[in-house]
Amino acid sequence: MAKVLIIGSGGAGLVSALSAHEAGSEVIVASKTLPTRSQTSMAQGGINAVLEGDDTVQNHIEDTLRSSAGLGEEKRITFMCENAPEAVRWCNRMGLPFSRDEAGEIARRRLGGASAPRACYAQDYTGLKLLHSLYDQCLKAGIAFHNERFLLNLIVDSESSRVLGATFLNIETGEVEEIRADAVIMASGGYGAIYGKHSTNAVQATGDGLAAAVRAGAKLADMEFVQFHPTALKNSSILIGESARGAGGYLVDAEGDRFTDELAPRDVVARAIHDEMAKSGAVYLDIRHLGEHFIDRELPQERKLAQIYEGIDPVQELIPIKPAAHYTMGGIEVDEKCMSSLSGLFAVGECANHKTHGANRLGGNSLLELVVYGRHAGLKATEFAANHPAPVAENPQFAKDANFVRGVMYFTNQIDFYQKQEMLANIFYNNVGLVRDDMGLKAVLGAIRQMQKELPFMGPRDKSKGCNTNLVEFIEFGNKIELAEIIVVSAISRVESRGAHYRIDAPSRNDTMFGAHTITWKEDGVLCADFMK
Amino acid sequence: MEIKVLRSANNDIQTYNVELENATLLAMLNFIKTKIDPTLTYSHGCRSGVCGSCAVSVNGREALMCEYKPSDGDVVEPIRNARVVRDLVVDSGHVERYNRAGSAWSEGAREENVSAEEMERIEVQSDCILCASCYSACPVYAVNPDFIGPFALTRVWRYVNDPREGNCDAKMAVVQTNGIWDCTLCGACVPVCPQSIAPMQDIKMLRMKSAMLGYPDPTMNFGGGGFDLGGWNF
Repeated sequence: MAKVLIIGSGGAGLVSALSAHEAGSEVIVASKTLPTRSQTSMAQGGINAVLEGDDTVQNHIEDTLRSSAGLGEEKRITFMCENAPEAVRWCNRMGLPFSRDEAGEIARRRLGGASAPRACYAQDYTGLKLLHSLYDQCLKAGIAFHNERFLLNLIVDSESSRVLGATFLNIETGEVEEIRADAVIMASGGYGAIYGKHSTNAVQATGDGLAAAVRAGAKLADMEFVQFHPTALKNSSILIGESARGAGGYLVDAEGDRFTDELAPRDVVARAIHDEMAKSGAVYLDIRHLGEHFIDRELPQERKLAQIYEGIDPVQELIPIKPAAHYTMGGIEVDEKCMSSLSGLFAVGECANHKTHGANRLGGNSLLELVVYGRHAGLKATEFAANHPAPVAENPQFAKDANFVRGVMYFTNQIDFYQKQEMLANIFYNNVGLVRDDMGLKAVLGAIRQMQKELPFMGPRDKSKGCNTNLVEFIEFGNKIELAEIIVVSAISRVESRGAHYRIDAPSRNDTMFGAHTITWKEDGVLCADFMK
Repeated sequence: MEIKVLRSANNDIQTYNVELENATLLAMLNFIKTKIDPTLTYSHGCRSGVCGSCAVSVNGREALMCEYKPSDGDVVEPIRNARVVRDLVVDSGHVERYNRAGSAWSEGAREENVSAEEMERIEVQSDCILCASCYSACPVYAVNPDFIGPFALTRVWRYVNDPREGNCDAKMAVVQTNGIWDCTLCGACVPVCPQSIAPMQDIKMLRMKSAMLGYPDPTMNFGGGGFDLGGWNF
């Protein structure tokens, strides 16, 4: 039986697990958390699909293409949008409790950049309910979960560049383990946590899978494209979902006046807020006019979070907000079969770049992408695994990683990595954020390279073997630093503005020079970058 | 402000002094871990109350650290009924174990239209984040470690009561043993749920459904069977 290893247990991981299982694979899901604790639980807005009425699949394709600002591939977007209705029906069949409209059909709301209401939702808990429905189905299917396994590296055969499995730190025991498989699906999520307290993301979104992939020789694409969500709570960067604006919420300045179209695509709204904050100092989200009844029914999370984190009640008060890093469009470059540039390594979800979001993702398209491409990846990985069983080959990766985990305890700890991590988050938000320029980016690059050199002078201060989260966080920091360099190098290379990447020193789009994907990879540890169609 | 945390290495309370304004307990622990004591170990994720990672016991009562605003002298301990891995981190195997035991999943939902009111029947139950606060508060585990328990039984009811689901006889059969009748209806699970779910109510609903399907109620004690003319004996 073909064996498929899935790394990560969020929406993308669980969909591909179900799909690979259904296609006849033996499936193992290895993940650093319990599946229901994944970041998918945080998705609020919905999952896009054209179900009926005046809207058409063609509209969905065009909206997505337009928002992608030239970096979306029409063929793959078409595949995603055409498969969207069936994807939503599939979610419904496995129990996702969608909210309903007056006719009893799955309810839809309009999100920014969409020409019609097509985000199917379950209150403001769409991601949570999707993730839990998927988890329940995985238990029903008897999928094997290896939780609390922190990905260290992919195991790659050096001669054939074939991926043979991966090594993990068993967080509880502190031992290094290896899992071999005929195909590996990376579904490990994005890298938004690099922005630390300026990100809406869960703390685990440290890009471990992308970092392992690039170390193993895989290519990454468009890493400079990071979506900023327009409305995060000002002090905590906790997300106030787009549904609040979709339902009719206003963005207002310090005087209480509206200053922008609330339902423009996210990059446009986020920059409008950025500019307004620079001008008048504060921006608020106003949902008071929606009424308490409506807010409690449709936006219960938002109300609770605003009360806890800002100490205000949105029924009566304005919500102080700021834009925060929310979704990373860049990812492991994959082909139409979801396979990366390494044989046997597939990728899906936020860690992958399917070229469906391009330079700017539309709200409601990320859950859609992970369902459509998750099902596809599970199938394609199974086909690959069945046709190309992995050779049983000796490989030094396990020994190397076991040595690393032992050796890292002897790092000198003269420099506090938590402090550096905080600094990285701040300089990323300020210089690799909504508005960028050459000088600011190069300054960050210098700081990152310095941190890379200093890593051996950092390290975990906790020397315990079992359940050492200080060690896990240090390795995560290493992954962040690895990716940070790639993001900044990509952002420096792209001397134009497009979608989420806005260069104040090159404010217009330049298709002749940069109408292509930023491809990055490592050769013998050296970072290489190129633009490729 | 003093925050007291039960440390697993010596099974003793350690006191930390932290001054942070308007901070959640999680923000305080993050401050302690990154600035004072990197060995302090706990789970967290979304910091917005949806991932279910950070349930702990504060002064003997379950709370999500990301939603709880601490007071001076609060004592923080791991949740109960679970094996402590380290400090506030517990083995989360109970989530998979009891959801499996209860067959807490969809058997295949129908696709036809459903009214909003009908779907609202399972809205609250499907808000569950599997933080296991209810599981920690449940006293039944002291006597029956095989009890399917509050979160999994709520989940079973969520599927049984789903207007789109078909026949749920098999699920109802599963919860007869180590399930709905083992609950003492003490209600300890209700106030601790961060999502305002009431597992005890859901268990009662499952009991009613069971009665309708003709299952006997083993908690009714009729005095050992046969005729006992001495009256009801509860």
